[in-house]
Amino acid sequence: MTLYTATEEEQNLSIVPARYRGRWVMAGVVVLGVALMAYGMVTNQRFQWGTVGEYLFAAPVLAGLGNTLMLTAVSMAIGIVLGIAVAVCRLSPNPILSSAAWAYSWFFRGTPLMVQLLFWFFMAALIPKLVLGVPFGPSFFEISTNTLISPFTAAILGLSLNEGAYMGEIVRSGIRAIPVGQTEAAKAMGMTRLQTMRRVILPQAMRVIIPPTGNETIGMLKYTSLVIVIGYSELLTSVSIIYSRTFQTIPLLIVAALWYLAVTAVLSVGQYYVERHFERGFTPMKAAKALPKTAANALSKSGLPPASSASLATVSGPAEELEKAK
Amino acid sequence: MKEPIVRARDIRKSFGHLEVLKGISLDINAGEVACLLGPSGSGKSTFLRCMNHLEKIDGGQLWVQGERIGYRRSGNKLHELKEHETAKQRASIGMVFQQFNLFPHRTALENVIEGPTVVQRIPKEQAVEEGRQLLARVGLADKADHYPGQLSGGQQQRVAIARSLALKPSVMLFDEPTSALDPELVGEVLDVMRSLADSGMTMIVVTHEMGFAKEVGNVVHFMADGQLVESGDPHQVLEDPREPRTQAFLSKVLA
Repeated sequence: MTLYTATEEEQNLSIVPARYRGRWVMAGVVVLGVALMAYGMVTNQRFQWGTVGEYLFAAPVLAGLGNTLMLTAVSMAIGIVLGIAVAVCRLSPNPILSSAAWAYSWFFRGTPLMVQLLFWFFMAALIPKLVLGVPFGPSFFEISTNTLISPFTAAILGLSLNEGAYMGEIVRSGIRAIPVGQTEAAKAMGMTRLQTMRRVILPQAMRVIIPPTGNETIGMLKYTSLVIVIGYSELLTSVSIIYSRTFQTIPLLIVAALWYLAVTAVLSVGQYYVERHFERGFTPMKAAKALPKTAANALSKSGLPPASSASLATVSGPAEELEKAK
Repeated sequence: MKEPIVRARDIRKSFGHLEVLKGISLDINAGEVACLLGPSGSGKSTFLRCMNHLEKIDGGQLWVQGERIGYRRSGNKLHELKEHETAKQRASIGMVFQQFNLFPHRTALENVIEGPTVVQRIPKEQAVEEGRQLLARVGLADKADHYPGQLSGGQQQRVAIARSLALKPSVMLFDEPTSALDPELVGEVLDVMRSLADSGMTMIVVTHEMGFAKEVGNVVHFMADGQLVESGDPHQVLEDPREPRTQAFLSKVLA
């Protein structure tokens, strides 16, 4: 059989990519629409951009923003830790732990966040004082619930316990996405359940956990505005206090919206980097330059290190070592 | 007579109502390469997984290096060991899986040093040095910083072997180590296993590679339907099987 050789004419055939004229039309429509909106927003006096500028960096607004950021950060941090604990308990072979974790999720996902916030804030009405001591026995220490539960602590309790229930489900889905072979390999190496979780399962589960956690964080940024019901002041509360006095409702809401958008933008960038960190090993990064995309395929076809000569030659030395090890 | 490394007596195991091991008894001696053969569903992989307690046995007794696996006997009772006690037993039993099960978020070298540093708490510098030697031994010194996703199946399996060896096990279990590989990659893994056998490692290999069993194996155990049908010298069992069940299997496989 003779191999077919392409003629010079055939070798010089050039490739023209497909052209999509519809895309140019759509781009024109979109640009026109955006331009119209921008023009309207700039020229419409009722947006009161001057007032927006005036209040954007006003002290009470910045203080409110600071509170929003702190509530978000603290509640998410506690929520994530709780979520991991809840997920690990849910997946535990211990039936008490798994039912308790299930009940926790059920309760905190099943009642409105606002009701939970109010409950924490008015806890003193239910339990006037908190006591540390032997159950049904003597007490060592007691404190009035009202001293302990400030609007801030009630806000943190409400937001983080609620978040923990949602994060629990997110973490659980991440853990369950990891093939059982990973656990088996870790077990076979003599790792304990805790080591397996910390070293093998969670780092991989993070890939699945991060994107919805980003959602939760951005959601939390805005849910914090619910703490207005227990009198804690954050971004939206601060602007609402101002506009109820000056009646410049629209521009002040724009001030709040701009800050929420700015923080969300920063969070999205952060999420990108966190995602990239946990993507380690799942995308051919270093080899991407040297190797084609499907590195594994390409390697397998290039007929790799002739194990026969190379590896056998190196065997003699360590073999003795192995003998010693026995 | 020397104590066998693995001593199995009347091992029984059921999944629900399905009895997959119906009383397996065998000995595996130090330095021996024992191949477990048999049709799929015969229970050979399950039996292998019992040896490091990845599967709990329902009956019988199993010792590895004279130590009872997974249980402690007191009087007439076998008490199941706690998780950390089982973990300790497992660390001296190496295992290589059909699907490699390398940790994808760690490089080849990190995979290899994971056991020594985390389980045995060996200083990292020492673990890295030994890890590099092990990677060199399986012919992958230049792939130390590659992630499993950047390696071929054969390379991944060789890293997995190095990872098991890093814990300096006294016996290695292989669960169909070449079954998930492209045909042209099987050879490089078998080469590593052959050199391991030559170094005197005790190996128990569940495999469909008749050639390997014949060439490297010291003994072949043929299993079918949860029972040990025939044991013996690989050449005898594979070329001149006594039991009709073995003959039937081999005639299908070698046809």
